[in-house]
Formats: sequence, structure tokens, C-alpha cells
Amino acid sequence: MTTQVVSEFEGCGAASSEPQAARPAYLTVYLLLGVAFGFVLSRSEVISWFRIQEMFRFQSFRMYGIIGSAIATAALSIALIKWAGLKSVSGESISIPPKSLGSGIRYAAGGAIFGLGWALTGACPGPLFALIGNGVSVMVVAVVSALAGAWIYGWARPSLPH
Amino acid sequence: MTCWLTTEWPWYVAGPLIGLFVPALLITGNKVFGISSNLRHLCAAIVPGKVEYFHYDWKKTGLWNLVFLAGVLIGGFLAFHSGAAHDVAVSAATRNSLLGLGIHDFHGVAPRELFTWRTLLTLRGFLSVVVGGFLVGFGTAYAGGCTSGHAISGLANFELPSLIAVIGFFAGGLAATYFILPFVLGGV
Repeated sequence: MTTQVVSEFEGCGAASSEPQAARPAYLTVYLLLGVAFGFVLSRSEVISWFRIQEMFRFQSFRMYGIIGSAIATAALSIALIKWAGLKSVSGESISIPPKSLGSGIRYAAGGAIFGLGWALTGACPGPLFALIGNGVSVMVVAVVSALAGAWIYGWARPSLPH
Repeated sequence: MTCWLTTEWPWYVAGPLIGLFVPALLITGNKVFGISSNLRHLCAAIVPGKVEYFHYDWKKTGLWNLVFLAGVLIGGFLAFHSGAAHDVAVSAATRNSLLGLGIHDFHGVAPRELFTWRTLLTLRGFLSVVVGGFLVGFGTAYAGGCTSGHAISGLANFELPSLIAVIGFFAGGLAATYFILPFVLGGV
């Protein structure tokens, strides 16, 4: 690999992690994984407003089956990775940084606000983008609006309870 | 032609496949699966303004995830163009509930009565797309994650903050479904 990425930030760890993460080969892997994820989201129909309504009305097991089996698969995988002490392909030891609980308000309030939006748009952030690919082009507006929401959060963050 | 690649997948295929993206990202580069942080990365890349929250090296922490997100859009495109157009086979109960709210078009993944450019400036179109999108962006940023980061990565790692967030997702979703949607859809 001849590509050298010169980091302006020579802080601790930066020099080792940034170059590999930015290498085109690695980015291609993430692009392909993303394509696969967008395809899976579409075929599983979790991007559908109708499915989200069905879920929030408790009228089908489908969405619960999908989310539940996704969590179970991920949990089993994480347990196996930890048990085997696997390292990533890039050579790092695998770790998931824990989230700090704080007062918990940000999780309850932020979660509830997102939930309102999830039911209204029928989409969480991944599906918003997958829907544009699926020809629901007006979701471009929803994405711009979501960016505005994230920006307003960043602006208001110092005065919000966390 | 009915082929497994072109039709909807059962939950026991779709769910485990979605879950496998967690170990796939951990093993390829020690990355934690989570989509919504991309909204922050995009703000940092496009309009950081004078907001401290958006002043960080987004290329270093988020470029991989933005590339993943671009892939999600492409994957949606490929799925759409390789699949047969069909109605989403929601349960009869859901169909009846939605008919009662004035939704009659069950073609495609989202009802055209709410999600077209033509309906964008109606009350229900604006609420579904613009207000809904804003709440998704604000809420996931505040909660520090969405369905992928909290419900899947977080719960799979047994994290209490994620459990609180997921309970919040459902509280908000139920409130919108039972109190906001009937008002908005019924009122137009």
C-alpha cells in the first residue's frame, strides 16, 4: 500500500488509526458493506412506513421478529468476539466504548423525540437514505430536515439536560 | 420470476442479516455500527458554524461511516431496480386502521398520500416529511443513537443507556401513532 495519509493531528493514537481508516481499500469495504445494508433494509421492508405503522399498532410480529433476531445475532457475535479475543483485520483489539449514563435524561427525552419522528416519517436514519434509493425522492427533504434537527441540537446542546 | 433476491424476505432471514453488520464492522475496522452519527458528521462537514459540537476531525472519525451511508443509498437503489413493484403485505388489521385514517394508496414502500413532492406542502405531507425528519435528526442527536446504534448495537452489548433510549423510541412512536397521526390524517 503506497498511499500515505499525512495527519495534521499527531495526537495519541491518531497517527496509527487515521491512515488505515482513510485508505481507499478500507473505504471500499465500508462502501460495499453499506450497499449490502441498504439492500437488506429494502428487502426486509423495515424502510416501509406501512411496516412501521404495523409495528407501533402491534398488528404483526414481523418487525419485532426482525429487530429481536438482529439483536440476538449481534449479541451472540459480540460475545464470541470477546470470548475469542479477536482482533480486527486492521490489527486493533476490538472494543465497544461504553456510553455514559449521566442522568439518563438525554436517552429518555432524545429517544422519545426520535420515536415521534420515527412514526411520522416511517423511517429511522438508515432507511431515510435507503428510501431515496428506492425512489421516494421527497425523502431528500426529510434528510435536510434531519440535518437541521441535528444542527439545532448541537447549537442548543450546552443548555439541554443530559 | 419469483426469486429470493427480488422479493421481500421473512423476518428470520432479515433480522439475523441486519445483526451481522455489527460483527462485520467490528472485525473489519473496530467500528461500532450506528447510522445517526452521520448526521453530525454531515453537519460538521457542511455547516459547522460556530457550534463547538461540530468542530472535530469528522474525516478521521466519520469518513468510513459516511461512505457506508452512501452505500446504503446505493443499496436501496439496487434493491428497488432489481425488485418487483408490489404492495407491502401489511396485516389486514393495519390496512383497516390506515383506511380508517384516510390512507388508501398501499402501493410501494410509503403511501403517496404523504410522501410525494406534490403533497409536501399539505399539512399531513409537511408533518410526515419535514417535521418528522426534524424530530428524527434532533432526537437521535440528543439520544446519541438511533435504531442501529441503540436498539441493535447497544442492546446487543447490554447497555442500560440504550435500553432507556429504546423505551423512549417506543413511547414517542406510540404517542405519534395514537395521538398525532389520527389528528393530522383525520383532519385533512
